[in-house]
Amino acid sequence: MKRLWAWAALIIGLLYFILPLVGMTNFSLKMRRGEYSFDAYAKVFADSRFHETFSYSVWMALLTIIFGVFLVVPTAYWVRLKLPFLRPYIEFITLLPLVIPAIVIVFGYIRLYNTSSWLPLTGSYVGTDILLVFGYATLSLPYMYRAVDTGLRTIDVTTLTEAAQSLGAGWVTIIGRIILPNVTVAVMSGAFVTFAIVMGEFTMAALLNKPAFGPYMQLLGANRAYEPAALAVIAFGITWACLGLMQLVSRLQKTPQRPV
Amino acid sequence: MSFLTLSHLQKSFGATKVVHDFNMAIDKGEFISFLGPSGCGKTTVLRMIAGFELPSGGSIVIDGKDQTRLKPNQRNIGMVFQAYALFPNMNVFDNVAFGLKVAGKPKNEIEARVKEMLKLIHLEHLADRYPYQMSGGQQQRVALARALAPAPQVLLLDEPLSALDAKIRVSLREEIRQIQRQLGITTVFVTHDQEEALSISDRIVVMNAGKADQIGTPGEIYNRPTTRFVANFVGTLNVIQATLVNGSTGALKIGEETLSLPQSIEGKADDSLISIAFRPEAAMLAGPSTGPAVLSGTVLSSNFLGSVLRTKVDLGGNIISFDMFNQPSAVLPKAGETVMLALQQDGLMVLGD
Amino acid sequence: MSTQTATQAKGAAPPGQFRRLPMHWLGVVPFAAFVLLFLILPTMKIVIGAFQTPDGGFTLANVSGLFTSSILAAYWISIKISFTSAILGCLIGFAMAAAVVLGGLPRAIRGPLLTFSGVASNFAGVPLAFAFLATLGPVGLVTVFLRSELGIDLRLLGFNILSFWGLTITYLFFQIPLMILIITPALDGLKREWREAASILGATNAQYWRLVAFPILLPSLLGTLALLFANAFGAVATAIALTGSSLNIVPILLFAQIRGDVLGDPHLGYALAFGMIVVTGIANAIYIWLRARSERWLK
Repeated sequence: MKRLWAWAALIIGLLYFILPLVGMTNFSLKMRRGEYSFDAYAKVFADSRFHETFSYSVWMALLTIIFGVFLVVPTAYWVRLKLPFLRPYIEFITLLPLVIPAIVIVFGYIRLYNTSSWLPLTGSYVGTDILLVFGYATLSLPYMYRAVDTGLRTIDVTTLTEAAQSLGAGWVTIIGRIILPNVTVAVMSGAFVTFAIVMGEFTMAALLNKPAFGPYMQLLGANRAYEPAALAVIAFGITWACLGLMQLVSRLQKTPQRPV
Repeated sequence: MSFLTLSHLQKSFGATKVVHDFNMAIDKGEFISFLGPSGCGKTTVLRMIAGFELPSGGSIVIDGKDQTRLKPNQRNIGMVFQAYALFPNMNVFDNVAFGLKVAGKPKNEIEARVKEMLKLIHLEHLADRYPYQMSGGQQQRVALARALAPAPQVLLLDEPLSALDAKIRVSLREEIRQIQRQLGITTVFVTHDQEEALSISDRIVVMNAGKADQIGTPGEIYNRPTTRFVANFVGTLNVIQATLVNGSTGALKIGEETLSLPQSIEGKADDSLISIAFRPEAAMLAGPSTGPAVLSGTVLSSNFLGSVLRTKVDLGGNIISFDMFNQPSAVLPKAGETVMLALQQDGLMVLGD
Repeated sequence: MSTQTATQAKGAAPPGQFRRLPMHWLGVVPFAAFVLLFLILPTMKIVIGAFQTPDGGFTLANVSGLFTSSILAAYWISIKISFTSAILGCLIGFAMAAAVVLGGLPRAIRGPLLTFSGVASNFAGVPLAFAFLATLGPVGLVTVFLRSELGIDLRLLGFNILSFWGLTITYLFFQIPLMILIITPALDGLKREWREAASILGATNAQYWRLVAFPILLPSLLGTLALLFANAFGAVATAIALTGSSLNIVPILLFAQIRGDVLGDPHLGYALAFGMIVVTGIANAIYIWLRARSERWLK
């Protein structure tokens, strides 16, 4: 009896999740009247703006990941090693982007870094690019920091550092060649989430007027019927791939740790 | 007529049989310990009495009533768990009151009974505390009060002391025993700690591989183990080889000395080699007032254990231990010394296979 | 001690106490600077701006400007959508998590469900809106199926994907998985001994749930509710992609205000954003407080 209810709850729930995915896939294939075809995808792939915005967002995602790693890994390492009493505060700060809506943060950027301010980032094309990377880094901060910090917890930071120091390593060597390789998996899982977030992000890019994938999708959605569904399938594929890869690498990490 | 009767209890999980044909009759007010290594099935038997596991075969009868198929909440049994299992969202009072509350008892009756129980465990002053605000020992006492509050017909204790510090373990086990006597409640106590079982039980069931190897009073279990497993599991045991001289008189030869056991030895041919076991306290340094000195060996080490001194002796390859009472004037045997040991004849056991 | 030895062995490292202390703090300067410049200061700018006149004086006029009927209506409908999707997300997510954790379903389902939840909770924004348009929109899969096969016309029943319920149902796509992700560990935290202790003390299954399990889960449930609320309240992309500007909710209003000052008063935009921070801030404060409470219990 109980099991029956459990199956019912699960199946009804899953139906809710599967229907939209089926719906968008189905819709994306129906561009040609009366038969299934990949016309919508062909249209999307033929659109030069798709290529421009998609590659722009990929670049932004990669830059965000690189910046995020440079920002988060040394900080998380340093806090664990030398300033452990700061950890709760840092953790609280890194969770703030979940509390403050992205639209509010980017609103702040626009007002704070406008052309007449001391740091007129919104005044130039490169400036807004930088601002967008920083914005994305802020949005991904909760995921990146938590992933890296969890990764650091599994290794003995102090001992590793002392061992490296006793062998004559400097800070750059320690972080780059000892700490980073040991938290690769954590960094990668943070990176995949960041990638997924950046590829789908709309608000910041739209309000900073950047030609990113998110605003492009929205624009296409307002003007076309079938292509948006194809884009949704592609976007879902990206999210699925990113998070699937993340699960995969974190499973890879766990296996070698078990024996000993 | 026994109060709690377990007959032919069996339990299998899938293909693995964890309890084989377990039989036991427990009298009203008895304190019974199930003693055995982990995985011997002792907890499974307890959980079948509680109703958490359905036996694959056999029956459980309490006070003449068959309980085998009853749900746990229909059995009126009290249970204390290893990890306390206090409800974290309730304070001490509400935890103890839980069983009375679900039974629909009136408020004033609940209050009186809870107060009585808290008094029994000497925690009246902590009625408002939450579990996370208390030590392990205090939590386990509350768990005991909670189990006793609905006046169960049987109390089950599932390794209740193993999560506690050594000191509290001893004081709490005495407290449990004293409360059990005071209430006269039939109690089954599961433990893997032989000292615990020996110190508080009326009878002990030594379990091995899903079966009761021996059931008896602590004295019987300790002094006259009937199987090699029981002899090894309970207490420290020395085993040496002897030659049987005459089975019917119990005469045997250890080294050059001939001894006779108080009982006859059956099932072994004369002149065959047999294993003789004895406890550390059954051997002593040979002197004028002791029996024949039969063993001579080299002292390996001597350890001071408080009230006794335990000395390890190499006996031609067999390492044995013997105990002496601590006396300020006692001379410690030194490593390398040769000593002669005498054995108490009624402390010798012939081991079966 | 050993750090000191190691440092001395290296030789080039900063010796002596006087350089050591500031060195410690230097390590977090880049992070602190980044957070200050791109998280704290922008937010402060909004908060302060909400209480400033155009020439920098203090005023409450902006905040009181929020209390006009159209803006209040936007907040109200935002709060209603967020709350409804949070409640439904909690209930459905809880039912699914409970089905898997406690319902005796095969353990093999767990991993895939949690993985899928991880993906689905991140599948928000523009593509999610497209997926629902293709499913429940005027020519969507389900709409067409119901009309042609079962003769049910969703539009005649008053359903429109560009409405309150349309948005709520769409939000559930990321709300339910988030609930599953958060509540599964909480359900795992219910110890088997509690159920057994309750049952041996005479409690029925219903009594166990009412008196023990539910009160233990309540802080996590309410906390997650607050989190889901904030999650929906700040969602911009899904709403805009789904409804364009046809639904008057706060994120859409703020988006339009930033784009083109539709309110005709730049400082009213600050107040609007400030209101969002206040609402999500309160919801998250409740979440943190309740989570701390339940963690204390479960220690």
